[in-house]
Amino acid sequence: MQAVENKIYQDKIVIRLIQFSVIWAVIAISVGVYIAAELVWPTIDFGQFWLSYGRLRPVHTNGVIFGFGVSALMATGFYSVQRTSHVTLFAPRLAWFVCYAWQLIVLLGALSLLAGWNTTKEYAELEWPFDIAIAIVWICFGVVFFGTIAKRKIKPIYISNWFYGALIIVIAMLHVVNSLALPVSIDKSYSAYAGAQDAVVQWWYGHNAVGFLLTGGFLGMVYYFLPKIAGRAIWSYRLSVVAFWAFVYAYIWAGPHHLHYNAIPEWVQSLGVVMSVILLAPSWATLVNGVMTVSTAWEKLRTDPALKFIVLSLAFYGLATFEGPMMAIRSVNVVSHFTDWTIGHVHSGALGWNAMITYGTFYFLVPRLAGRELHSTRLANLHFWLAFAGTMLYIIAMWAAGVSQGLLWLSIDSIGELSFDFKDIMASMTPYYLLRLIAGLVFLLGTVLMAYNLFMTLKGQRAVKVTPPAVDPAYGVNA
Amino acid sequence: MNGLTFHRKIEENTGLLIFGILFVSAIGGLVQLLPVLTQESLETASANTRPYTAVELTGRDIYMRENCVVCHSQQIRPLIAEVERYGPYSRAGEFVYDRPFMWGSKRTGPDLHRIGGKYSDDWHRLHLLDPRAVVPNSIMPAYPWLAERDAIETGNITNKLTVLRRLGHPYTDEQIANAEADLEGLTEMDALIVYLQMLGTGFSEEDAGMQGGAH
Repeated sequence: MQAVENKIYQDKIVIRLIQFSVIWAVIAISVGVYIAAELVWPTIDFGQFWLSYGRLRPVHTNGVIFGFGVSALMATGFYSVQRTSHVTLFAPRLAWFVCYAWQLIVLLGALSLLAGWNTTKEYAELEWPFDIAIAIVWICFGVVFFGTIAKRKIKPIYISNWFYGALIIVIAMLHVVNSLALPVSIDKSYSAYAGAQDAVVQWWYGHNAVGFLLTGGFLGMVYYFLPKIAGRAIWSYRLSVVAFWAFVYAYIWAGPHHLHYNAIPEWVQSLGVVMSVILLAPSWATLVNGVMTVSTAWEKLRTDPALKFIVLSLAFYGLATFEGPMMAIRSVNVVSHFTDWTIGHVHSGALGWNAMITYGTFYFLVPRLAGRELHSTRLANLHFWLAFAGTMLYIIAMWAAGVSQGLLWLSIDSIGELSFDFKDIMASMTPYYLLRLIAGLVFLLGTVLMAYNLFMTLKGQRAVKVTPPAVDPAYGVNA
Repeated sequence: MNGLTFHRKIEENTGLLIFGILFVSAIGGLVQLLPVLTQESLETASANTRPYTAVELTGRDIYMRENCVVCHSQQIRPLIAEVERYGPYSRAGEFVYDRPFMWGSKRTGPDLHRIGGKYSDDWHRLHLLDPRAVVPNSIMPAYPWLAERDAIETGNITNKLTVLRRLGHPYTDEQIANAEADLEGLTEMDALIVYLQMLGTGFSEEDAGMQGGAH
């Protein structure tokens, strides 16, 4: 009996991580909607420090990236690494530790942010006790993941695992280097780097947290689930090899484009521009690979909500990875920097790409894990249109707001005087902020529908027991 | 051996794959970070830049706690419009005592790098308690709790200065010994205003000449 148990894929942990991911999505997006409302009605914090915009904003970003995003990556990573290795998870108890310890970090981390523990380094706001805990749990995540690969029965390591692997390794490197600090007390530390040097280190981290977590990690999801859902093998293996290494090499250089015209050496900025533009090539190589993989399965788009989400996510991936390099060019950046355009860009990635690829994957996975059909395909289709509309409305509002801010701030009249007062430009943003709030609400509504739909699909079901199939001798480890 | 045959070695060996990713991803960071982290001019203070006093540092820590940086940058770009609006553009030497840097990535409100001395203390007090009392269309939150908390409770100021000295900030024994006394009787709002009033005052004409002006 024990022997049989050991051969069943560890899927309960996948279900649990999906549940956590969906819960974080609902919470973190709700916080986002609330702070969007605060920018329209600034008094709705009711004078409470824990409802104040500055404290809630990192709760929103950390909740989305580390709660929703990382839980989804752990879930899909654990699911796919078992399937692509034909073995069950290495050290399953350690995997469960990773699952719960991570949720605890995100939860307590969010509370600590409300309490005002904040390093103010973007996407690395959590204070040093959390940084240490994150490092430990992350290494355990790596042990489970690479341990599973090490005991695989299939000789080649499948493409998706390269991306999940890069996520684990590079994020560990970035996190450790950027978080170096001397503690003062449990809730306070001072960065090991100061001023301009700190800025360069922070954006090396910040940009690549986006690169290797929100781009690379989720590309792992694409490489496993897109071919699965479309029922086609990945279009070009050769292209995926080239795109992967070019991506790992090029992304890391692009950070300084967050610091254009700031007080850092000019060569660092210029290098950041060049590498950001080059980055378009590996980004779009993966896009081409994805689209070509689906290209003979378009008819499935009519019936399968999961595939709809994933194909749309690829479109937004293409958009965001084009917009990014453009915004990295100094003459564009001079307008876009410090404006809501940046916020729009981030959300075309986070809503259009990360959330949609994840939602599509969950719609595909949960019925399989539960062993029955999705509770409601109609609701899932409705969710698709809400997510699409919400994302479009959001980025259009922020484009309009951002481009006007950027141009109006820089506008000078014929005698060289500033054309507009900052306060007037700020006040003119209200319609856009209201539109953004509505967009967020629409997107949130869709996410809540999904949470209900997935809950009803899973309700009362146990994880289907799946065992690894026989290994094709041509690909076996002893071949 | 063509490229794909070579790649087969990597994709069939877990250790090689891990090493490969680590190596390839580290290159860009090493090339950018090492020269920057060893560039002395980035660590050299401008003529008028000095470490934060106990009160200023406490104010800055409150600024961090309330996360003012998500809406206010502290970085004036060398552009005519920005220099007209905010003052002399920001120099690296002005930030050498900033741990962490707080240049920001978003201006929902205006840049604050040269806010020091532009408004009176009373204006700041009114503005922090009720932004719309002085700026009718402002969307900034109010910070009433700052007026009710003692600055001394913000954190252990003696430890803070000691830690910063270990990181190379030239505090004297006397400054550290007097730190707590300096905060005596001040509210958090007082400390924050002291910080705001010194922001951007580390600039000196000498630096401007040295760097050859705006370009």
